Amino acid sequence: MEKLSFRLSAPKRAGGTRTQAIVGVVASGNLEVLLERASPADTCTIDIATAANGFGAVWDAVVRDFVARRSAGGLRISINDGGARPDTVALRLAQGVRKIEEPER
Amino acid sequence: MTAVTANDVSLSWYEASARQRIDALVDAGSFCEFIGPELREISPHLSIFDLPAQFDDGIVIGRGRLDGASVLVAAQEGRFMGGAFGEVHGAKLTGLLRAARTLKQDVVILFDSGGVRLQEANAGELAIAEIMRAVIEARRARVNVVGLIGGRAGCYGGGSLIAGTCSRLIISEQGRLSVSGPEVIETNKGIEEFDSRDRALVWRTMGGKHRYLIGGADAFVEDEALAFRQAAIAALGAKRGCNAAALEAEQKRLERRLQRFGEVEDAIEIWQTLGIDDPTDVPALPTGAFLRAANDRENADDAR
Repeated sequence: MEKLSFRLSAPKRAGGTRTQAIVGVVASGNLEVLLERASPADTCTIDIATAANGFGAVWDAVVRDFVARRSAGGLRISINDGGARPDTVALRLAQGVRKIEEPER
Repeated sequence: MTAVTANDVSLSWYEASARQRIDALVDAGSFCEFIGPELREISPHLSIFDLPAQFDDGIVIGRGRLDGASVLVAAQEGRFMGGAFGEVHGAKLTGLLRAARTLKQDVVILFDSGGVRLQEANAGELAIAEIMRAVIEARRARVNVVGLIGGRAGCYGGGSLIAGTCSRLIISEQGRLSVSGPEVIETNKGIEEFDSRDRALVWRTMGGKHRYLIGGADAFVEDEALAFRQAAIAALGAKRGCNAAALEAEQKRLERRLQRFGEVEDAIEIWQTLGIDDPTDVPALPTGAFLRAANDRENADDAR
């Protein structure tokens, strides 16, 4: 297992009012992403626990791309990863932001 | 009194995740989770084996409404470690069942499990025993505990033992219910006894249709969340309580069943003995035709 942490400045604040959202499951080639509103509105923190060691540079690229493109400001994101590919990670992060921005029922 | 919001979500139960199943099962928007992922009550054992944890330890528990009535719900996530029972996973279900007994609220368990998690086997086995006791104690307090089986991992090992203690079981064709899984039987008894790669054999021995026909499940439904929802609402209206007389009747029923089918080599022979016209056609029958053919199935009513 490898643990990675990122604290990035986020250009766009996450919308909506939900306090948290979770997407995905921890399985081979899959991951779960828990999103909570905790960071300052211009910051996104991401903590990763991954089963695949030695991919820090890939994670760095994927999470920086995510924070630059999506509205991730104000989010504390926690990831449990079962060895997902970078495209799956990007997809789950995007799904997570969409879910926390959904209107509350 | 909150107005009932019907739930008409169409969803394959087999393909859905634990959270999707709960959302589609209960009245729309009525689910409130206990010990959610944000509390990070993860397994204390998996890190020792260098394995990734999941924030909910593979089970979602909470309260929702079914046709307006408040029910406690637990759903296993079959994709995380095969939905297997570990220490935290088991403790969450035990706690929910004990709460059900105290609060006098019915429980619906969405099984999707290969059994006990091998990495925390002692804790997992203890959890199975605690859960079975909690189910029986809840039932003796006239709480109904209904099990739904239709997930990818099926309902095996300790999961199947818990299912055996439930008030009612609802199963789909995709759902499999058995103590030992196909690979376990093959490993222990040899491929001549059971070829785990023969999917047709697996399904006709452990699958939902067979379990329904031999009285191992009370209701057979389509692989569809709405069908599970309707069957669960009906099952919660079933006879309540659990006493020595019910267990004795169940024991007698199982003895009769063993006498009737004990010598039989294959499920198809059982279906033939039950009087089904074309027993080899059973696996291919759509739900409606199957239920008509299953008219003379083994009685499940004395069970449980």
